[in-house]
Amino acid sequence: MTTETMVRPAVADSGAKRSELLAQRVRAARWFLVPMLVALAIVAGWPLLRSIWFSFTDASLNDLYGAEFIGFDNYLRWQTLESGRTIYRGLLVDDAWWNAVWNTVRFAVISVSIEAVLGIIVALVLNAEFKGRGLVRAAILIPWAIPTIVSARMWGWMLNDQFGIINDIMLRLGLISQKIAWTASTDTAMTAVLIVDIWKTTPFMALLVLAGLQMIPKDIYEAADIDGVHPVKQFFRITLPLVRPALMVAIIFRVLDALRIFDLIYVLTPNSPATETMSVLARENLFDFDNFAYGSAQSTLLFFIIALFTIVYIWLGRVNFDGGDR
Amino acid sequence: MAWAYTKKAAFYLLVLVIVVVSVFPFYYAILTSFKSGTDLFRITYWPTSISFDNYLSVLNQGSFPRNVLNSIFVSTLVVVLALFLAVTASFALSRVRFRGRGLLLMTILAVSMFPQIAVLAGLFEVIRGLGIYNTPWALIFSYTIFTLPFTVWVLTTFMRDLPIEIEEAAIVDGATPWVIIRRVFMPLMWPALVTTGLLAFIAAWNEFLFALTFTSSNTTRTVPVAIALLSGGSQYEIPWGNIMAASVIVTVPLVALVLIFQRKIVSGLTAGGVKG
Repeated sequence: MTTETMVRPAVADSGAKRSELLAQRVRAARWFLVPMLVALAIVAGWPLLRSIWFSFTDASLNDLYGAEFIGFDNYLRWQTLESGRTIYRGLLVDDAWWNAVWNTVRFAVISVSIEAVLGIIVALVLNAEFKGRGLVRAAILIPWAIPTIVSARMWGWMLNDQFGIINDIMLRLGLISQKIAWTASTDTAMTAVLIVDIWKTTPFMALLVLAGLQMIPKDIYEAADIDGVHPVKQFFRITLPLVRPALMVAIIFRVLDALRIFDLIYVLTPNSPATETMSVLARENLFDFDNFAYGSAQSTLLFFIIALFTIVYIWLGRVNFDGGDR
Repeated sequence: MAWAYTKKAAFYLLVLVIVVVSVFPFYYAILTSFKSGTDLFRITYWPTSISFDNYLSVLNQGSFPRNVLNSIFVSTLVVVLALFLAVTASFALSRVRFRGRGLLLMTILAVSMFPQIAVLAGLFEVIRGLGIYNTPWALIFSYTIFTLPFTVWVLTTFMRDLPIEIEEAAIVDGATPWVIIRRVFMPLMWPALVTTGLLAFIAAWNEFLFALTFTSSNTTRTVPVAIALLSGGSQYEIPWGNIMAASVIVTVPLVALVLIFQRKIVSGLTAGGVKG
């Protein structure tokens, strides 16, 4: 949409008046944007820069202002001993950090993949016409509406080893032979987190995919039916390619969300190295362990990992957020 | 014929599974919240007896009612603030063409997807510097980082879809952009404002990381933090009944709102990008 077309010949009795109006609009637009931009600069831009700055200092929680610049020491520093051995220290050689990175990436990849598949299935169901469709749509909105903390607590109770209903159901069905300590055991902690996350966010995925599905004209399928194309083939040849743009956007929103996950893990599986993610570890260092500068280095690295991922994804996937500049 | 029936049965079975899986955890939380004493530790699938003990204890002991008020106060104010700043900004972003607009929109989207942990250290410094640590203002201040970009983004998408004609008459009359926003757009935007506001409200209501970090006393905490920190002396004394009662209290209004505004919420959620 261009301003030229907005101010069509109706007012264009003279070119001068028209361009004066245009200039006035652009001027007004600038002023309209200022308050928002100032607000964002204060709550996002400045704190981000300060966090990055802290990562190059020796700041501690109680002495933020006395922080001194120490270069890349939080990231990597080394020391050569008299014996000639060199010892490396810092974030880049920290096993706990790389464990957290691995946990986060593993969590993001598995959860988003499963959510995408389930989301498509739910969206296809909701796109079909059947009695009670409104009811189903209402039902899937419930997990989405429940606060993450509440769902972590609800599932924590359901997954309880002694009194949890999940173990009870699985025992009754004969799927397991003894009760599992879902959230406490290191083998199953990640599974527990995945279950809750998938339950909670599949609806979001489904709704975005459904919006994409509803934009596919029905006559394409009619034509395919007449040509005798098998429904499975229809799905892979028609539905999937056409719903791809919507799916790509949904996936990137979900991946970005998954990469910064904090609350679910903090509440469901506290202090478990099997699920500790980058955000959980960084916050622990910042506020619980009094390693403010080191925590800042972790959050800075997290920021750049996510930024890099986003750029690569948008570039490779040619994701179009703007929806066309009509 | 038999094949058609099987297909139909399979479809409805799938529908049933989706509904049960979606609703069951919430149902079970409600069921648990009405149990008391040793009943709590007997697994049942249907309500057997109803007791309000958990609700009474959550509402009468501790600071839970205060936490609810904190959450309402913070979420309402942050939404009003975000909408106020977003209306004019999205007018500029959607109806006026200027250099750098695309870049600006991308930046706003990027900020809304920010990993909150990346700004935590810097925000902590700012909040301490402003002297608002451990007050609701710390949360109102920090929540702007996600409510503002979100509202701007959704309202921009909404305003871009309005036809050119609605502005034309006003432009012919020589109305200024400010008048155009107030007289032409505001009346049309109520539905969009309600939807966006509601979604931003839910996001603020559910926020955990900032609330956990920027408040430190029982009376200033918001609901999610209060529920997360409800615990007993040890792992075996977790007050599950109270936790479930508190969870139900804060979730029921939310679920009700979402169900009432179902259609609007779905359209608001999908407006965030899926137009390709």
